[in-house]
Amino acid sequence: MEKNNPKGYLYLLPAFLFLGIFLVYPLMDVFVYSFQENYNFASQTYTGVGIYNFRYVLRDPFFLQALKNTFLLVIITVPLSTGLALLISLCLSSIEKLRDFFQTVFFLPYVTNTLAVGLVFMILFKKTPYSDGFMNLLLNAFGFASVDFLSGPYWAKMLVLCLYTVWIVMPFKILILTSALASVSQQYHNAARVDGASRGRIFWRITLPMISPSLFYLVITGFIGAFKAYSDAVALFGIDLNAAGMNTIVGFVYDMLYGRSGGYPSYASAAAVILFAIVLTITCINLLVSKKHVHYI
Amino acid sequence: MDYEQIEKNARRRKCLRDILLGLVLCSWAVIVLFPFYWMLLTSVKSYGSYNSEFIPRLFTLSPTLENYGSAFSQVPLGRYFLNTLVFTVITTALMLFVTVLAAFAFSRLRFRGRDLIFTAFLSLMMIPTELVVITNFVTVTDLNLRNSFLGLILPSVTSVFYIYLLKENFSQIPDELYYAAKVDGTSDFKYLWKVMIPICQPTIVTITILKVIECWNSFVWPRLITDDQNYFLVSVGIQEIRENGFGRENIPAMMAAVVVISLPLIALFLLFRKKIMAGVARGGTKG
Amino acid sequence: MNVTLQNLTKKFPNRNKKAGGEVTAVNDFTFEVPDGQLIGLLGPSGCGKSTTLYMICGLQAPTSGRIFFGDRDVTDLPTENRGVGLVFQNYALYPHMTVLQNILFPLENLKGKDRPGKEEMRRRAVEAARLVQIDSLLDRKPSELSGGQQQRVAIARALVKMPGVLLLDEPLSNLDARLRLQTREEIRRIQRQTGITTVFVTHDQEEAMSISDQIVVMKEGVVQQTGKPQEVYDNPCNLFVATFLGTPPINLFDGRVEKETLYIGGEALLPVPGIADQAVTVGIRPEGFVPEEQGPFSCRLLRTEIMGRDVSFVCTNDACRKETFRAIIQSDGTEQSHPETVRFRLKPGKVLLFDENGSRLRGTNHGKE
Repeated sequence: MEKNNPKGYLYLLPAFLFLGIFLVYPLMDVFVYSFQENYNFASQTYTGVGIYNFRYVLRDPFFLQALKNTFLLVIITVPLSTGLALLISLCLSSIEKLRDFFQTVFFLPYVTNTLAVGLVFMILFKKTPYSDGFMNLLLNAFGFASVDFLSGPYWAKMLVLCLYTVWIVMPFKILILTSALASVSQQYHNAARVDGASRGRIFWRITLPMISPSLFYLVITGFIGAFKAYSDAVALFGIDLNAAGMNTIVGFVYDMLYGRSGGYPSYASAAAVILFAIVLTITCINLLVSKKHVHYI
Repeated sequence: MDYEQIEKNARRRKCLRDILLGLVLCSWAVIVLFPFYWMLLTSVKSYGSYNSEFIPRLFTLSPTLENYGSAFSQVPLGRYFLNTLVFTVITTALMLFVTVLAAFAFSRLRFRGRDLIFTAFLSLMMIPTELVVITNFVTVTDLNLRNSFLGLILPSVTSVFYIYLLKENFSQIPDELYYAAKVDGTSDFKYLWKVMIPICQPTIVTITILKVIECWNSFVWPRLITDDQNYFLVSVGIQEIRENGFGRENIPAMMAAVVVISLPLIALFLLFRKKIMAGVARGGTKG
Repeated sequence: MNVTLQNLTKKFPNRNKKAGGEVTAVNDFTFEVPDGQLIGLLGPSGCGKSTTLYMICGLQAPTSGRIFFGDRDVTDLPTENRGVGLVFQNYALYPHMTVLQNILFPLENLKGKDRPGKEEMRRRAVEAARLVQIDSLLDRKPSELSGGQQQRVAIARALVKMPGVLLLDEPLSNLDARLRLQTREEIRRIQRQTGITTVFVTHDQEEAMSISDQIVVMKEGVVQQTGKPQEVYDNPCNLFVATFLGTPPINLFDGRVEKETLYIGGEALLPVPGIADQAVTVGIRPEGFVPEEQGPFSCRLLRTEIMGRDVSFVCTNDACRKETFRAIIQSDGTEQSHPETVRFRLKPGKVLLFDENGSRLRGTNHGKE
């Protein structure tokens, strides 16, 4: 039959061009940039090769702040959203009526523009001289004092950011977990009941191990996604995240590249490479941990 | 063992569980829907009445549409909309063209090094966009493509994942069909167009919808590459409105803009609910 | 422990929602399973036998009627408190647990004073595994086992907590023919050894007949007949039971009774005292034919099939409901000539008469055979 059909390369050409110019070349280039010292945008010259960029970035207080913010965001939102999604999916899979309705509603945040709905969250939490905003109204109703969520204490800002992030990532997690739960045959559930297992035990001993691959997938993508948080922070705190003290690592990369403090692709590259290294490390750790606890069938 | 007690406990527990279940589902539904309600509500409050509410009201008795007017007249929202539409349509079309051809080559044609190249393609899926954005920014700037559709579109076209998804689908079409078409004297391209694409239409629709959502919401790249309002996409536009538009404090008008921007995708979602959810379950993420 | 089912009825909403209404899966099922017996629940697929099983173990709630274990009403008791063992059709072994963990699982679910210590649990699990002869496979995962081995694990898991009732849902349907024969004897042996009251569901009449103490024949949710296998086979109460039991199946002919004599075609075959004149359906078991030169029943012989001990005559007769019918004759080993026409004498006990509704017609001297 057709052994070597050179037309194959022709069909691949467009993909090659796009991927080569905008994915493969930049990937190699970013490592080059990160080691070029004092790279100048306009003249495209640099003075030396070394690890100065990394040392600079790691000493930049804005980067350290971004690092802290990002880690906090990851540590809070990944377990919270995964656990909450599991709870909601379990509830969803044990009803029949209205299931479609709830699934549709729960998926809505996925198809919304992060920036646009972020504005709604902003006005819900925002405290202005004219009004304390809806969230503070709620707090007052429960007897708490008003909090300036968006330009007040650090914990308040972090709280809003975490809440919004959870709100945004939930649809995907609920969807994945609901379909994982649906793929666990009712038969195992029945068998466990006949074997005398209580609901709690069925969940811990049967359901959870059987959906563990999906759960693990969510934890990994959750970690990666949360480490790359940026748009949600911009939506809440505006484009100048450094000023708000709420920058993220990705935000730091873009700010270094462009904007008020921009024009330093070398520093941006170094920060991006550091981010990549962190994500890679965490993913590897996840993979190692999962070997023990995830049941692939 | 007291059977009656067990039965009573079981009934009580089931009742309690049902209540808890409903409570969890309804509360999350409220949490999800409330921001949407709030945005609609605020968008129909008049500027004066919104600012006079020290305690925000949960409903309004005198809805007004004037904010929608100002959303289009005071800021170039129509322009952002048009830009996004052009960007989305061209990017998605180019993506489909590139993806279909590549998937066809990988699944149907035999050429030297095919499997090796495909493995290399797959490994590209792991590259985070954040790493390549920097060089792309430099490249596009050097090519003087800032503030142009070309600069917006070109780096956004490729998606290795979609090639993979479509290739898997193409591969499921039995070889016999291809040989039969060959015997009938059909060219490769005609076979792709007349047989493979119609058979795999569901997957193609899925990746189209996913790409449209991705384009409509894209923010990072457009923000880096455009600073001229004439080339703003909706995400960048809404950010611009937030920072500078409507004299900063006209929240109702801002919310009207948000409603207008959110509507197309929500409508698309409600129309293709099943397809979108199945597609996302197969491989969408939101990064 | 004996199990009593009283007027058990189960209705499902119609699957086709637009059509509405209900489907009755089990209708007014009353039966008592005596302590320590093996009962075969037999019927074609969709006759409600699995539903009955699920109601006994509590996975489905009956629409009406009661279920008693001993003299306790367990109708509303949740499955997990009933203490029954169930072997599922496709075994439903937990894929993420080893064989030992699978067998241990029911023991680990016991609470309070019923819960044995760790060592005791292990001892009982190994004992159960030994009973079904899988004690060498304890550390394997279910996916590493053959169908027959999985089946044994499922039985061990159901038996390990010494259930009051053991239920088996089509336990042999996923096994190949040779294994099926072996496993059904195994089930019989285990049941005898443990003395646990056992109900098993099957659509294979041979399976049910061969190992059950009693069989229950069901059709469309209604119990047709219950009794010892041989009794039900010899003395079916209606046409359905008669045709459902027996391989090869019973042969059906159109016939009539005139003056207490049975006619097929024009031939007077048997005296049938006590049966009124009417058109009847005649069922003749394949083993009810005896070839005789002067026999009253003449048929055209198409071919003979020699099956070792027996010879099967494939014949036609105008009154036969099918194209051909089958007579099984004990072979005496000598090659016979094959005339075109054969004549049979009929064994009275193997000839069953049914009226136009399919109900059995009983003469005065039937049953004495």
